[in-house]
Amino acid sequence: MLVIEDLKVKLGDKEILRHIDLEIKPGETHILFGPNGSGKTSLLMTIMGYPQYEVVAGKIFFKGKDITNMTIDGRARLGIGMSYQRPPSIQGLKTRQMIQICANNGVDVNSLAEEVNFSDFLDRDINVGFSGGEIKRSELLQLMAQNPDFLLFDEPESGVDVENIALIGKTINHLLQRDLHSTYAKSKKQIVNERNKMGLIITHTGFILDYLTADKGQVLYEGVLACVGNPIEIFKQIKEAGYEECVRCVK
Amino acid sequence: MREIDRRAVDARDKKAKIGSDIDLDSYTVESPVHEQVGDLNMLPEGDKELLISAGVDTSEKERSGTYIQKDSSAIFSFSHDDGLEIIPIKEALEKFDWVKDYYWKLISVDADKYTARTHLDLHDGYVIRALPGSKISFPAQTCLYLEKEGFNQNVHNIIIAEEGSELHIISGCASAAHVTQGLHAGISEFYVKKGAKLSFTMIHHWAEEIMVRPRSAAVVEEGGLFLSNYVCMKPVKSLQTSPAVYLNGKGAVARLYSLLVGSPGSELDVGGRVYLKGEDTRAEIISRTITNGGNIIARGDLVGEMPGVKGHLECHGLILNGGFSRAIPELTGKVNGVELSHEAAVGKIAQEEILYLMSRGLTEDGATATIVRGFLSVDVPGLPSQLKAEIDRAVEISQKEMM
Repeated sequence: MLVIEDLKVKLGDKEILRHIDLEIKPGETHILFGPNGSGKTSLLMTIMGYPQYEVVAGKIFFKGKDITNMTIDGRARLGIGMSYQRPPSIQGLKTRQMIQICANNGVDVNSLAEEVNFSDFLDRDINVGFSGGEIKRSELLQLMAQNPDFLLFDEPESGVDVENIALIGKTINHLLQRDLHSTYAKSKKQIVNERNKMGLIITHTGFILDYLTADKGQVLYEGVLACVGNPIEIFKQIKEAGYEECVRCVK
Repeated sequence: MREIDRRAVDARDKKAKIGSDIDLDSYTVESPVHEQVGDLNMLPEGDKELLISAGVDTSEKERSGTYIQKDSSAIFSFSHDDGLEIIPIKEALEKFDWVKDYYWKLISVDADKYTARTHLDLHDGYVIRALPGSKISFPAQTCLYLEKEGFNQNVHNIIIAEEGSELHIISGCASAAHVTQGLHAGISEFYVKKGAKLSFTMIHHWAEEIMVRPRSAAVVEEGGLFLSNYVCMKPVKSLQTSPAVYLNGKGAVARLYSLLVGSPGSELDVGGRVYLKGEDTRAEIISRTITNGGNIIARGDLVGEMPGVKGHLECHGLILNGGFSRAIPELTGKVNGVELSHEAAVGKIAQEEILYLMSRGLTEDGATATIVRGFLSVDVPGLPSQLKAEIDRAVEISQKEMM
């Protein structure tokens, strides 16, 4: 479970998040909406533990531990993983090696890569010269190897071509254990109850809603979580009335 | 007196254009004669360890031939391949008339005092030749090491890849553990003939007070390829070299890679200059340097002299634990239609890259080490796996020492 209590965050001298309260229960996936510059990426980076995002008040708990001051790698080892929108490229580090790093021990990189149609990129330097869509597939592949319990996705659809968008949706669905079917031994309900992967997904286009049923939608507006609700309903309202409507809730 | 001797005498105190000046008279050019050995395993343990650390496979299992020189003595010189000749240069100059067609033909004997003295006080060196059409399957290996304290070793090497041949050489230069003061001056002249392929991988293995002044040049004929890997990751007092490559023949290609680590007290000034003279010639110079408290100057110069030639230069320097890092890329176009480019960067490891790796579970130190390893791992197309493994091993050892 992730619990954020009255979080206030500064980036440099600027206050970018205020009074954030958020709770994501095991098995839940939340969608994070919000206009550009509202602080969505900052919230994800703060949860991941990037030191330039300075927590000036409030706390973050994960799996019952106060992780507010924990290092990034500590959080990664505790089970938090992130898919970045614009990750840095690293010269000389092969994608294959990066996948091994994510897995922390032996993993069948080749077969994993096949699942996201990424085999041809394994012997290329990570992110060097990758297109927007290639970056997204590379990020998903890394998360597949890392297998975290809580997954943060920063606009997983941006820059992805039509051909691969379904693949991205399907993979995220799988990472979040949202694609499990009933079996002879277990009913669908049992499987859903046993689901423990948690997700927080930033989306601009709402595409992800075509592939998975998220539990909640959150709107971040000017550094404040403005509303919580049914993600499809929120998305519909945003499409109809834009984020202007959110101003009322923030006040 | 022969003209070449006279020129050498005149230049015996001529300072080099770049690199700190060395007082050659503070070293001795006399050394005891070391006996030849019939088997590398007969060498003293200490010598064997030294050879192994310099990349020599003492079992010779996957080597086509070996040349080992201790101070001024060629102690082991064998070829195991019918298409490969390995001869100590003094012997070669006496026995074979053709050697003089290659001796001091690419480098001027009076370029500086190091070339001059190498001619005047020659302590052997090797002639390695791949015969026409011979594809030498395993790499040949050479090692020239200093055993005598305060010795100035002057060697001259000639490497010839005859028409259509293919040859890979790994060369280690080293000083014995007990040697503190020493100077190694080495002349290397490379001849890559029509359609031949020659790769030369040099791994330096010196000590804190050793001075090194290699002088190298290569000529590549039509359709030939010259590949050079220059690796110096161990401490050295001062190393200065700037090989010249002449791409004379149509479609000739040169690729020069250097991996350098500047430890505290070390001064490395390593360059490379390629003259693109023939039609459709191509060149690439890539250097990766890590300054770990020492000083590094990485130079590169591409000179385009024919329309349509292409060259690219990359000097990347990382300052890891203080020191001084300078990249000097130069491009010269002498005619219309040359395509030369460069990329140079000197800086620190990007924090963003460290954090990215940490978010995948690595510690900060682990992330830094991973980035450094990546920085030093340059893909060298066409290099045999055994040699790639030797370079990787040198990187691995150096990295352990740095971190």
